[in-house]
Amino acid sequence: MSDSGIPQHWRTMRERYRLLGAHCEKCSTNYFPPRKVCPKCRRRGKTTQIEFSGKGKVFSYTVVNASSKAFEHYLPYIVGLVELDEGPRVLSQIVDCKSDDVRIGMEVEACFRKIFEQEDGGIISYGFKFRPSDDSWAKDYDSNP
Amino acid sequence: MPNNGQFKRREVAIISVGMTEFGELWDKGLKDLAWEAGVKAVEAAGIGGKDIEYIVFGNMSGGLFVGQEHVAALVADFLGLNSTPATRVEAACASGGAAFLQAYMAVASGMYDIVVAGGVEKMTDVGAGQAASILSGAMDHQWEAYFGATFPAVYALMARRYMHEYGLKADTLAKVAVKNHYHGSLNPLAHFRNRITEEDALTSPIVADPLRRYDCCPVSDGAACAILAPLEVARKYTDTPIIIRAVAQASDTLSLLGREDLCTLRATVKAAGRAFEEAKLSRKDIDILEVHDCFTIAELLALEDLGFCKKGEAEKLYSDGQTYVGGELPVNTDGGLKAGGHAVGATGIKQIVEVTKQLRGEAKNGRQVDGAEVGLAHNVGGTGATAVVTILSRR
Amino acid sequence: MGAIGFGIVGYGVYIPRWRIKIEDIARVWGHDADSYRKGLGVEEKAVPSMDEDTTTIAVEAARNALKRAREAKPGEVGAIYVGSESHPYAVKPTAATVAEAIGLTPNITAADLEFACKAATAGMQACMGLVKGGYMKYGISIGADTAQSAPGDALEYTAAAGGAAYVIGGGDGVIAEIEGTHSYTQDVPDFWRRDGTRFPSHAGRFTGEPAYFEHVINCSRALFDKLGTTAKDYDYAVFHQPNAKFPLKVAKLLGFEEEKVLPGMIVSKVGNTYSGSSLLGLAAILDMAKEGERILMTSYGSGAGSDSFSMTLTDRVEGKRRLSPPVRYYMERREYIDYAMYARYEGLLKA
Repeated sequence: MSDSGIPQHWRTMRERYRLLGAHCEKCSTNYFPPRKVCPKCRRRGKTTQIEFSGKGKVFSYTVVNASSKAFEHYLPYIVGLVELDEGPRVLSQIVDCKSDDVRIGMEVEACFRKIFEQEDGGIISYGFKFRPSDDSWAKDYDSNP
Repeated sequence: MPNNGQFKRREVAIISVGMTEFGELWDKGLKDLAWEAGVKAVEAAGIGGKDIEYIVFGNMSGGLFVGQEHVAALVADFLGLNSTPATRVEAACASGGAAFLQAYMAVASGMYDIVVAGGVEKMTDVGAGQAASILSGAMDHQWEAYFGATFPAVYALMARRYMHEYGLKADTLAKVAVKNHYHGSLNPLAHFRNRITEEDALTSPIVADPLRRYDCCPVSDGAACAILAPLEVARKYTDTPIIIRAVAQASDTLSLLGREDLCTLRATVKAAGRAFEEAKLSRKDIDILEVHDCFTIAELLALEDLGFCKKGEAEKLYSDGQTYVGGELPVNTDGGLKAGGHAVGATGIKQIVEVTKQLRGEAKNGRQVDGAEVGLAHNVGGTGATAVVTILSRR
Repeated sequence: MGAIGFGIVGYGVYIPRWRIKIEDIARVWGHDADSYRKGLGVEEKAVPSMDEDTTTIAVEAARNALKRAREAKPGEVGAIYVGSESHPYAVKPTAATVAEAIGLTPNITAADLEFACKAATAGMQACMGLVKGGYMKYGISIGADTAQSAPGDALEYTAAAGGAAYVIGGGDGVIAEIEGTHSYTQDVPDFWRRDGTRFPSHAGRFTGEPAYFEHVINCSRALFDKLGTTAKDYDYAVFHQPNAKFPLKVAKLLGFEEEKVLPGMIVSKVGNTYSGSSLLGLAAILDMAKEGERILMTSYGSGAGSDSFSMTLTDRVEGKRRLSPPVRYYMERREYIDYAMYARYEGLLKA
C-alpha cells in the first residue's frame, strides 16, 4: 500500500535528516537515536537535544548482496556501523566508496541521500548516509589563497 | 533477585518430546506442523488431552508469514484442546526458548502440573525477499532495518569486527558449516542432509561480506514440542524423565548501536551465568550443547559467551574436531540451525528436543554422544537482545 | 568598499561524482562523437547516484551555503525557494524537505519554483524583495536538477545533475553586493514537457536565436541601461550554459572579452545542470574573484525568460570562500561510468 506507515516514517524524520540525538547534561553521554531517559542516570539525569556534526569513523562494515525488496534496486551496497566523533554508534550505508576500499577506522562524514522509495507511487524516504571524509579542498585554500 | 536466586519451586522434568521434520514443507501449514509435533509428544507421554493444563507456544510472526495471529489458541483448538489456556510467546528467534521458560515457571510454581511447551513457524509461504523483510523485525526496525540492514548484514558487522579484533580466519567459519552439515546428514529430521566441504563453503556466493551462503541458516518450516511435569510424578509417564536443572533468560540492547562490544552477546553471558548457578553445575559437566548458530559466527560467539572458552579463542575448538560427535565438546549434534533448519519460533524447543534425545540415548545414525548425562540448549533472539539458556540432566 | 549594502551572504554548490563521456553515449547510438563534441563544446557530464535526486543535491548545496553564511542563525532565514525541472514529487514541495533537512523549519516561507533553468534566479529575486522589504533578515534560493533526456536524443549529451544555493541578506557578511536586477520574459515554446510524458521535447535550432539569445541579450542590455553600465564595466560575465557555444557567443555579442567569461564556464566538464547552471558558473567566479571586481550574471530558462544581476565583490569574500568546497573540488572529484551503468543510475532500465 502506498500510504502505509506514513506517521511512523514521519516521527523519526527529523532525527534521520539531521542526525539529532540526545545529550545527558549530568553525565555528558551522547545518544543516538535520542532517548527520553539517560540509561545511566535515569531520573537524576536530564536530556537535551544535540545535533551531531556528522563526522565519525567506521567501526565495522559489510557489503550486502541480498536484501529485502525495498533495497534490491541498490544492490550491492555497503552497510556500516559508524562511531560518531561525539560517541554514539549509528548504523547506516556507506556511499561514494568502492567495496574494496572500506576499512575499519576509515574517517567518514554524513551526507543526505534517498533511503528508499515506496512502491506504487508511495513516498520517498530521505536520511543520512556516510561517505569517506575528504578535507583536501580546505588544504587547497591554504596553498592557493 | 529475592532470596539470592533461590526461589520456592518444585523440580520439573520433561516427560516427552516430539517434532516435525524441518524444511520447505509445502503440504503442511502452520496448524499441521503444530499438530504433528504436539501429537507425537502427547502419544509418547501416553497422556490424554484432558491431562494438559496449559499450553505455551513460541511463534515469531504468524501474522506476517501466514496472516495468522492468536497462534496458541489456534494450536489448542486444532489439537482438540479447546478450553485449555494457551498463550503465544514472542522473542524473535528465541520465542521457543522464552516459551520454555514460561512453561517451566508454570509447573515449578505449582500452578499447573502438565504443561506443553512448543514452538512453530511456517516461513516458506512467502518469497525470500518478504521473509527477509519479516525477519528484519527481530532487529531494530527504525534504526537498523530501515537503512537497509538485513539479518545477515548485522551478523556480518559482528563477524567483520571479530575478525578485526581477534584475527579470525574465514576457513574457521567454513569448519563450523562443514561440521553442522555433517551432523545434519545423520539427522533424518534436518532441513539439509548433504555434507559439504570447506571449499564448498568458502566459494559459495557472498550474502553479506564476510558471510557467504553456507554461513547462513535457512528459512524453514517446522514445529517442536516438549511436555513438562513435576519431577515427583514424572515416572508415571516415562522411564526416562529428563530433569530441568535451570532455565535462565536475559536481555541486551535491541540493536547493535548501543553495544559497547560487538563481539559479545551479553544476554548469553548473563543467562549462562544464572543457569549454571541455579543448576549448581560447571561447564566441565556439559556433555552436549545445542547453541544458536543462525550464522557460523554466532556459534563461535556462543561458545565464548556461554563460558566454554575465552573471548577470541573459539577458533581453537575447531582445529581438531572436538566439537563433533565423538569429540570432547559436541556442539549442535542435530545439525544446529545451519543444517538442522531454523523455523524461528520452534528452534528453541527443537534444541531441547535434541538434548533430551541425547540424554535418553535415543539419537540415531551415529549421532549419539556416548554417556551423555548433562546437556545445554542456547537460544538467541535477534542479534542477542534475548538469550535463553537451559540445562537438562539425566539424573 | 565596506559591506554596507545587501546581496549574497553565502553560496554553496554540489555536483555528483559520476561522469559519462560523450564518446560512451555516442558509441551506443552510433553517433559521431567528434561532431557532438565540436558542436556542443561538451566532453562529459555529471550523473547522479541512484540514491541522489534534486532534493538531496539541494540539501548538500544549501548546507554548503549556510556554512559560508555563518552569521545567519536558523530563525533568521525566513524564506526558501527551490527551483528545478526535476522535483522528485509532482505534488509535494522539495523546499519543505530541504528546509527540514537544514533545520530552518517551522517559521519560514517556502515554495518550489519552476521556470526551466532559471527558476532559482527568480527565487533569488523573491528573496531580495523579502529581505529588502524588511520582512526577514535572510532568504535562501537553491537551483538543482537531475536533468532527464530521451535516450538517443541530442540533449542526452548535455543533460546533467548538480546544484547551487545562495543566501541573500544584508549586513556585515555580504560577499557580493547586488546593485540591480532585471528580468525579461515572453511566451516562447522552445523547450517543454507535458505532464505525464517522461522526457522533454525541444524545437531544435529554434532554441537558439529566438529563445536563448533573444532573452539573454535583451535582459542584459536592459540591466546595463538601468545601471548606466556597459560590458567594459564588468570583470566577469556568467550566463546559462546549455552547451559551451551559446554563452561564448552571447558574451561576444554583448561586448565581453572571452577571458571574462571563461572562469565561469563549467559546462564542458559537467554538462548542463539546468537550474544549477548559471548559479554554478557564478559560484566558480565567486571562488576566485577579488574584492571590488564586478560580475554580470544572466540566467536563461526555456519558455522563456532571463534574470540578470549586477554585483560587486566585497572584502568579505576571501574569508568566507574557504568555509566550504569550491566548484573545482566537485569538478575534480569524479569517476567515470559506462552507458550501461548510466542507464541503471538514470532509471532508464525500468520495465
